[in-house]
Amino acid sequence: MFVPCDGGGPDFEGFTLLMPAVSVGNVGQLAVDLVISTLCMPKVGYFYTDCLVPMVGNNPYATTKENSVELSINAEVYSLPSKKLVVLQIRSPFIKNKYRPFCQTLLSWVESSKCARVILLSSSHAYQRDDEQLLGTPLRYLLTPALEKAIEGHMQELKWKEMEKVAAYPGISDTEKVLHIPGGGITKLLFTESCSKGIHMAVLLKFCSEGDNIPDAFGLVNYLNEWLQLIEIRVSAVCFRVFIFYISYFHFLYWLASLWPAVTKSRPNVRYVLIKIVLGSFPPKKTNLGQRWWKL
Amino acid sequence: MATFFGEVVVAPSRAGVDDEEEIEETAEDREIRRELQEKREIAAFWTPGAAGRPAEEPLPCSRFIVAVGHNAVAFLSSFILDSLCWKVVGAVKLWNEWCQTTNATSVLPTDSFCLFYQLISDPTVLLCQCSCYVAEDQQFQWLEKVFGHIRKEGLQVTILSTCPVAEYKTQESTLTLPSPFLKALKTKEFKEELCCPLLEQPNIVRDLPAAVLSYCQVWQIPAVLYQCYTDIIKLDTVTIEAFKPLLSSKSLKNLVKDVSESTKILKKLLTTVETHNNIYI
Repeated sequence: MFVPCDGGGPDFEGFTLLMPAVSVGNVGQLAVDLVISTLCMPKVGYFYTDCLVPMVGNNPYATTKENSVELSINAEVYSLPSKKLVVLQIRSPFIKNKYRPFCQTLLSWVESSKCARVILLSSSHAYQRDDEQLLGTPLRYLLTPALEKAIEGHMQELKWKEMEKVAAYPGISDTEKVLHIPGGGITKLLFTESCSKGIHMAVLLKFCSEGDNIPDAFGLVNYLNEWLQLIEIRVSAVCFRVFIFYISYFHFLYWLASLWPAVTKSRPNVRYVLIKIVLGSFPPKKTNLGQRWWKL
Repeated sequence: MATFFGEVVVAPSRAGVDDEEEIEETAEDREIRRELQEKREIAAFWTPGAAGRPAEEPLPCSRFIVAVGHNAVAFLSSFILDSLCWKVVGAVKLWNEWCQTTNATSVLPTDSFCLFYQLISDPTVLLCQCSCYVAEDQQFQWLEKVFGHIRKEGLQVTILSTCPVAEYKTQESTLTLPSPFLKALKTKEFKEELCCPLLEQPNIVRDLPAAVLSYCQVWQIPAVLYQCYTDIIKLDTVTIEAFKPLLSSKSLKNLVKDVSESTKILKKLLTTVETHNNIYI
């Protein structure tokens, strides 16, 4: 159940609820941490439940000595009314056999708080991709019918790829297809329950493996940002990558040039040959220009 | 996934939900699960109150001290509890794969038990010694049954627990850590001075101490948890004495017994325990 930090109780009507699924690589949870810390979202309440393993620690988003001593528990709610965004962060796994009751409690809360839509950040085992999924982007989306109707062709404009269904009986029959999200935790259950209850839910997931999943979290948040535009990216990711490449390329050349004096000081012949190669011509007669080059 | 030895194992996942759980249960499976759930239910027993007050009525409480684990329990037994000033007012009985609470009336810190004591001179002071392991699916039940029996007005909670120092994350060299050492976590409403530094990020606390502190944080009860990081896993004097700074805290100050008596009791306690654990003649 949702318990507000202060007696009042914030109003989430019309808000977008962003939440993670505890899934492979904890990518959803890392992505949610990134959103909360980037947008400096204040905590507004707790999701008090007997379905998650209890844990406590000091504020993971501490920026000052004062706010570093705030206690955090296993499921907390953060809100940013200016962006009509409410975020639920889950920090521990489910207690055995408790994931179904959790899904029911969560969806009841979504309905009672009148959130406009739910976005679930998740991940799936990269090693279980089929041949087609191995190519191209590792990011996928899913929309419940209610949300698909509401946002029509927006996903086509974004050129996003929908999560493929797999054969229910692989090798036997390809006709019956089912949704399969291995390593996705409660993603599939939440999605199917939302479909049947008519809840507006989107699932954004990334194929990944266990390891250092911070880059996967960045990838997933950038994916989310393409849709929600939570922050402005001044330089697009592609331009940035090209920029970095050129900087590093020229940096390499400068570094190489800096070795010139040390390497060729005692090897005037080498200098001669290299200059010849670079200038692409015979060396000029001994002139001031030539002397100047020789003294490099 | 293949390991270095060439064996193929299922890759561990943090997803927390096995795909096998999606398989439909038979009626027999459901029956077994139901029976196991019943067996794992915890039962709380409370003695009837004074002046004919029924046992079910919540106890007024200003201070609630909870010791979780053998060393914390032994600390309270040696420095706070005695049969003259305290009386038993309740107990929790439970069973799980790791332990079953004992029915013995006279208990040692190494036994598995969960008992509640009330200070005779001030019945609003309650103390809990919990040396049994409360499994994660039983922790919420424990909270409901214990805190459901305590009035929350003016309540302050102090929790003592221990944890292996191997779980302490720090950038400093672990060779220089002054083990055992105390670290604290407190709820927003707790305003008193702490007896030790706060637990730094990214360290976390789990199990029953975390469940109690979470409950207090959510329901705005002032509470503090003192966790002792130790490199000795069994009962020992060095770890127990690491809790000594708490004796000067506001919640324990006027409950402390004579310190020389405490040291004698501690020695006796550990001698008794060692004899039991000794497998050599």
